[in-house]
Amino acid sequence: MSGAEFVPLSLTPLLIGIFAAVACALPGNFLVLRRQALIGDAISHVVLPGIVVAFLATGVIAAGPMMLGAGGAAVVAVILIEAIRRLGRIEPGAAMGVVFTSMFAVGVLLLEQSDTSSVHLDVEHALFGNLESLIWLDATGWASLLDPDALRGVPVELPRIAVTLVGVILFTVIFWRPLKLSTFDEGFARTLGVRTNVLGMALVIVAAISAVAAFDAVGSIIVIAMFICPPAAARLMTNRLEHQIGWSVVFAVASAVLGYVLAGYGPLWLGARDAVSAAGMIATVSGIILAITAVAGPCRTRSGAPVQD
Amino acid sequence: MIVDALLLQLGYNATLVALGATLLGISAGVTGTFLFLRKRALVSDAISHATLPGVCLAFIIMVGMGGDGRNLIGLLAGSAVSASVGLLCLSWLTRHTRLAEDAAIGVILSVFFGLGIVLLTVIQTMSSGRQAGLEGFLLGSTAGMLWADAMVVAVGGAVVLALILLLRRPMTLVAFDPEYAAARGLPVDRIDLAMMGLVMAVTVVGLKIVGLILIVALLIIPPVTARFWTERSDRVVLLAGLIGGFSGYVGAGLSASAPNLPTGPIIVLVGFTCFVISLLLAPNRGVLAAVLGHLRFQRRVHLRQGLLALAQSQPIYENLTLRLLRRADLVRADGVATETGRARAAKALRDEKRWEVVRADQAHEAAAALYDGLRDIETVLTRDQIVDIDARIGGPQGVGA
Repeated sequence: MSGAEFVPLSLTPLLIGIFAAVACALPGNFLVLRRQALIGDAISHVVLPGIVVAFLATGVIAAGPMMLGAGGAAVVAVILIEAIRRLGRIEPGAAMGVVFTSMFAVGVLLLEQSDTSSVHLDVEHALFGNLESLIWLDATGWASLLDPDALRGVPVELPRIAVTLVGVILFTVIFWRPLKLSTFDEGFARTLGVRTNVLGMALVIVAAISAVAAFDAVGSIIVIAMFICPPAAARLMTNRLEHQIGWSVVFAVASAVLGYVLAGYGPLWLGARDAVSAAGMIATVSGIILAITAVAGPCRTRSGAPVQD
Repeated sequence: MIVDALLLQLGYNATLVALGATLLGISAGVTGTFLFLRKRALVSDAISHATLPGVCLAFIIMVGMGGDGRNLIGLLAGSAVSASVGLLCLSWLTRHTRLAEDAAIGVILSVFFGLGIVLLTVIQTMSSGRQAGLEGFLLGSTAGMLWADAMVVAVGGAVVLALILLLRRPMTLVAFDPEYAAARGLPVDRIDLAMMGLVMAVTVVGLKIVGLILIVALLIIPPVTARFWTERSDRVVLLAGLIGGFSGYVGAGLSASAPNLPTGPIIVLVGFTCFVISLLLAPNRGVLAAVLGHLRFQRRVHLRQGLLALAQSQPIYENLTLRLLRRADLVRADGVATETGRARAAKALRDEKRWEVVRADQAHEAAAALYDGLRDIETVLTRDQIVDIDARIGGPQGVGA
């Protein structure tokens, strides 16, 4: 394929997909190890009411207020889950289930009540995202990457998710030692003076930020898939956290690229005329990667578990 | 309008929806209780999302065979098949790999849902053009509910309830103590699978009314709400069924009473309202009860410490303590103890001394463990024991010349 076709139509969605996948997979590693994997699921459900409220408050579909609304909803949800868990003495899973389903219901209700039919805001869009539509019309070929005029036309989602990714990487690098310590041995970390509850909250907030930024570009289903599938697959490949994170990034990038290509061109190879949802396909590919590691990964069994023939 | 809706006066469709939602709420609440007591509430999330690819595949197959593609029973059968596949993958992942259950739930949920979305886009581009509103299964759509659809819900709900009646004892046992159940020789794995199968059945039946995302709420919220009110599992089951049915009935009624009120979210929000009320007001486990209990405890501590201070003629500066003593008529406004105040204070000091003896004596070890600084010693020891202790303390003695 020539650059003239690839750069405007496929480069930006592909990059956005890759960045979103990695930005979610990095905090996902720690969430999976801390048995908080479903926080990502909860956050991506409550983003909907946040966005709808932001739309109702401002009356416009603008990225800024919506990101704020979504982030606010994520924080409210995390606080509510914690409050219900403590006040009602309910196990965390059930508390999470109560909060995110109810907030999602509020989102759907608000959406139906308000007159949003004239603008492009609906539940399906929120769930599936619209990766394919993030094209770069100003580009004419590879040369456009160096052309300031054309670069101004890059979809705004690309720089946003790139900044988020850089932030997530910085967080992981700067807090690497305390994060690793508190993930594996919270009590020991506390005796060393690490403020584990603050760190845990910070991790959830970083996860929420990357979820909201990725959600904006690619929809909630990729967010859930990328939080859990690449880290879980990486967990089955190695016993070392450093290697696990490396594997998870590899798996995230592989899912994004393969998923995008399969969604765009797979149906054409099979003789169909239209592409299928890239977000769904990326999630599916990440699941296939996980299935392969679950069957053949070198560290797939629990340590000490009897070998099964 | 709302009264009409609740009395089923809003026409045929609204009545069907209300009855269907009530039945669904009852069976979801009852089934969800076992899931909640087993501490696996979010498994329902994985199951419900795993229904989507099945619905789509069933539609594609039915259209491919020249049918309409919108046959509810066919779609539900498809969803049941893919949900069972998801369930089996979930239990395989947790049993044969090192992944924890929450990660496995997330994997199944996202991958199956992603596959479902891929299939949905395939359907949208299918030449048949009959996009039968499969999106309705995401959030439920009750607008065009038919008699046959209501019958599916009713029969499905009744079958689920009957099966739970049969399996309730082994399921309760497994939910509370799986090791003991295994030691008794019960097939824990198979009972777990049966429990999940029932959850799957409820999910499939509820797809039409509340959709696959919100059915999770109907499975989780009623049991959590019911748990606030009682400590007995059979009552939790009954209450959860009642709360689920109530949410379904009132929610369906409310949504029929005005336009733009989608049934699924309204049902969930009615349930959530019940939850919040229970969280705040339930006896023993509720927030209000906890606050009141704390205040009562605080008053007892202050009163006790105030009496001890009076007995030792120490001045009291603490406002709450003074107010409590004054209100109980133990001190006068100027802070001097009244007759009763002096008597109560002497008693408190004597009790404190008695406790001191009890706690120093190995023979009273069991009683000493109950000491918390507030407990009346008469509630722990018999009168004879107290007399014995008093003899050891001795009466007042004159100071030798």
